[in-house]
Amino acid sequence: GSGGSALPCVFKVTVHFINRDGEKITVKASPGDSLLDVVINEDLNFDGFGACEGTLACSTCHLIFDEEVYKKLGPVTDEEMDMLDLAYGLTETSRLGCQICLTKSLEGMVARVPESVADIRQTKDGSA
Amino acid sequence: PKVCIIGSGPAGFYTAQHLIKACQDVEVDIYERLPVPFGLVRFGVAPDHPEVKNVINTFTQTAKHSRCSFYGNVNVGKDVTVGELQGAYHAVVLSYGAEGNRRMGVPGEDLPGVYSAKDFVGWYNGLPSCRELKPDLSCETAVILGQGNVALDVARILLSPSDILKKTDIAQPALEALAESRVRKVLIVGRRGPMQVACTIKELREMVNLPGTRPEMVTADFEGVSEALKDVPRPRKRLTDLLLKTALDAPGDKELERRRNAAKVWGFLFYRSPTEILADPGCSRTAGIRLAVNRLEGSGDAARAVLTGEVEDVSCGLVISSIGYKSLPIDPAVPFDSRRAVVPNSVGRVHQAAGLYCSGWLKTGPTGVIATTMNNSFDTARSLLEDMDSGALDVSAAKPGSQAVSSLLEERGVKPVTFSDWEKIDSLETRRGEARGKPREKLLSVEEMLKAART
Ligand SMILES: Cc1cc2nc3c(=O)[nH]c(=O)nc-3n(C[C@H](O)[C@H](O)[C@H](O)COP(=O)(O)OP(=O)(O)OC[C@H]3O[C@@H](n4cnc5c(N)ncnc54)[C@H](O)[C@@H]3O)c2cc1C
Ligand code: FES
Repeated sequence: GSGGSALPCVFKVTVHFINRDGEKITVKASPGDSLLDVVINEDLNFDGFGACEGTLACSTCHLIFDEEVYKKLGPVTDEEMDMLDLAYGLTETSRLGCQICLTKSLEGMVARVPESVADIRQTKDGSA
Repeated sequence: PKVCIIGSGPAGFYTAQHLIKACQDVEVDIYERLPVPFGLVRFGVAPDHPEVKNVINTFTQTAKHSRCSFYGNVNVGKDVTVGELQGAYHAVVLSYGAEGNRRMGVPGEDLPGVYSAKDFVGWYNGLPSCRELKPDLSCETAVILGQGNVALDVARILLSPSDILKKTDIAQPALEALAESRVRKVLIVGRRGPMQVACTIKELREMVNLPGTRPEMVTADFEGVSEALKDVPRPRKRLTDLLLKTALDAPGDKELERRRNAAKVWGFLFYRSPTEILADPGCSRTAGIRLAVNRLEGSGDAARAVLTGEVEDVSCGLVISSIGYKSLPIDPAVPFDSRRAVVPNSVGRVHQAAGLYCSGWLKTGPTGVIATTMNNSFDTARSLLEDMDSGALDVSAAKPGSQAVSSLLEERGVKPVTFSDWEKIDSLETRRGEARGKPREKLLSVEEMLKAART
């Protein structure tokens, strides 16, 4: 490549994840990628994250945000809410990572991977 | 250390995945009764939910890991005992699911026209043991007992337009039978009220939006429900709101039009318990069901259904009971709590049985989605690794692992199916599906599967 005729500078967004052990992991990602894409591309080792591969059928990509960030994430569809309702440790500022697209305005955002609770009993299926 | 896992459903695969990831020198062998892997992801999850089956990709990665091996076509408890496996491995994880069925315990339960949801689901999903079910779909009305997600899966499959089903991996004979089905009305019956339904909102929304159908519910069943909603957690609240909206709100023009054109009907019927399946005059088949009318005592999840003494008959030619799956003991040497139908355990450690662990539906009972099974399987894997670290699980002695088991199986004339054998079955099924515009055309008998595996 020739330095002079460079492509327009490709903007990257900085994202901080906090994993289940409370560790902070900082990565740079491209606008337009979903947070699930970022977790996969960066090979972040969040056990079981993204089981349905972003098809809104599992809730394992559950992430928790600060209030201010949450407000910037855009509207939530009924279908996303439906899956979120099955997530462990659901909060008022929870979203599904596969449904969130990175934009410039999210620069420096923090996304927390919720802990999974040992042996929670959920009566969600099977029995009447 | 060498670990073996019994069962290749989500529990088996998620337990294996965590063990392999978290410990660099553990080797995992998975034994599976059928020649094909993935348990209820293949034989339970509805054919029109292909997204849910994406978990298979991750399971396949695990199965292909250099420290993981798959042995299909091995029926543990029959072909090899759990004791023998314990001799060959440092630890054994029981993850064989819940293959039994809770019975209703009412007269007429065995009449033709009465099926368990487990068998009905197995039939449309191509489970070899349910191949001959051939349910009679020549009646107008079907009654489903139970209001969980499995009940809604069954209702949806009974009412879905063939055009939708024919693009899925539904078993071909089921597709053909459903295309000829005369069922026009499906009643989904629960012992308790709208606040106690066991389904999740995604499945309810799918019913509400199902093309060619309209909802029909009893307005009086919803008395007091919206008042009771104030303090309930969000998931229950959203679920109930959707139910209320569907049952009570006047539909807008578009929805009104849609409902007018709908040829099929579904509805929830609340506060009813089955007391008897009624036969036709010749006593040869199902003609209806007698339901006892209940009232609720208490509220919320803890509310109890109490008989009022009143009964009511509903005519129907098809009854499908969806009141729960049930784990079964597979080996007398393994502790089993027959009342709760689970293996007694603490965070996956089987009580009074060193070196024995359990995960999945066998551990928790048959409730929860795949994500629930995933989490409880990771927990079990963590317990096992902790025990290895602490010395509670002795891994000092050398163990022969699959070698010893293979020779036992050979003596007994059992030929395991490896993961690459399964890939031959998989590619044959995919090719057959392609020819019909389906993602997969499942082989429907163990013989066919074995034949494909061995070519
Ligand atoms: C009808 C139905 C639909 C469902 N739909 C969904 C859905 O849409 N989304 C969702 O998230 N969850 C769904 N679930 C729930 C999900 O299927 C379960 O959470 C999950 O499959 C439980 O995993 P498991 O491994 O414990 O059991 P299983 O999946 O049943 O796996 C057990 C495995 O053990 C094998 N086995 C049994 N006995 C032996 C033996 N003696 N020796 C060796 N192997 C043996 C079986 O063949 C099977 O492969 C559904 C469940 C049902 C019943
Ligand atoms: S990855 Fe399954 S819902 Fe997001």
